[in-house]
Amino acid sequence: MVDPEIRVLTIDELGILRSVEEDPATGRVVVTITPTYTGCPAMDVIRADIRRALNVAGHPDAEVRTVHSPAWSTDWISESGRSKLAAAGIAPPQPVRRPGVVPLTLTLRCPRCGSPETEQLSRFGSTACKALWRCRSCSEPFDHLKAL
Amino acid sequence: MNGPFEFALRLGDDALIAAQRLAEWTTRAPEMEEDIALANIALDQLGAARLLLTYAGELEGAGRDEDALAYLRDDREFRNCLLVELPNDDFAVTMAKLLFLSAYQLPLYTALAECADERLAAIGSKARKESAYHLDHASLWVKRLGDGTEESHRRMQAAADQVWPYVAELFTPDPGAPVDPATLRAEFDATVTAVLTEATLARPESGWAPAGGRDGLHTEHLSYLLAEMQVLHRAHPGAKW
Repeated sequence: MVDPEIRVLTIDELGILRSVEEDPATGRVVVTITPTYTGCPAMDVIRADIRRALNVAGHPDAEVRTVHSPAWSTDWISESGRSKLAAAGIAPPQPVRRPGVVPLTLTLRCPRCGSPETEQLSRFGSTACKALWRCRSCSEPFDHLKAL
Repeated sequence: MNGPFEFALRLGDDALIAAQRLAEWTTRAPEMEEDIALANIALDQLGAARLLLTYAGELEGAGRDEDALAYLRDDREFRNCLLVELPNDDFAVTMAKLLFLSAYQLPLYTALAECADERLAAIGSKARKESAYHLDHASLWVKRLGDGTEESHRRMQAAADQVWPYVAELFTPDPGAPVDPATLRAEFDATVTAVLTEATLARPESGWAPAGGRDGLHTEHLSYLLAEMQVLHRAHPGAKW
């Protein structure tokens, strides 16, 4: 299942799918997810998508639970997820250094031309989890999934 | 100011009213990037508000959910601090408000993440990461305006002076609460002083310190905000898209 806002990677690769369990007695499936940001408006769509997919797979009574602890971190994005982000022109996040502190970004490579000559235009981008950057070499703006 | 319900309600109302005020900048911010930034910060505040008000409703046990608490209470029943309900005013005033609010919310949520209440701890551990970005954003603007032109410096200083009296209320002691706000003052002062100093601004003198928000005694601005926020839900109870 792909993320509805960043349609190149799955919710598993993004790290928001925490677990999928099947009750051995009843056969009921319980899916646990966690939001990237507290106000992420995509959560309702993600829940609906999961229910729809499970319904098609023969689990009409599946339950989708939302948990907030431990809080989602960009460190949970898988290697394949990072590669897919970069391939889609979204600079992947750098490792989080310390909890609660905004990490200092030294340089970010342009996902289009690879140049390190980039600058931040805005800390907040098209969705809650992204910042807006621009490459000074190829002049293209690009999204950056900010470390959290 | 007693009980876990009141505590969750206070934090939830701070976040909800801050979200509603910040959202007023949408389509009106000085530049497009700032428009998106303020809308994102408002969305973070709304996300925290929804979690906190949902939990407050459960603690109360009277069957009120997040919508009932947000849309069906009158001004006297709101427990937010006065700071968040003040009008946006000049852009510098909005940034002064955001600096003071986020410099308070960051240590608050950080302390909450370590508290004994599991639900509040989960909310705190999530929200503190977002608060760090809000504080960072407000700090950058305060420095840019304070250390900018003569006019931007004058207006940023005036904004800080105008909003400063409302800071005292944030730290009203509440020793029985999961996090006593009074314990957050030192970190708030250190953060804010560092930002103001770098911005070449003077830290305002403390004097007149209006309060009452935690007891439901608000400025006239809250009623107008609530009227706009609640009108749809009150006119069409339970309306859905």
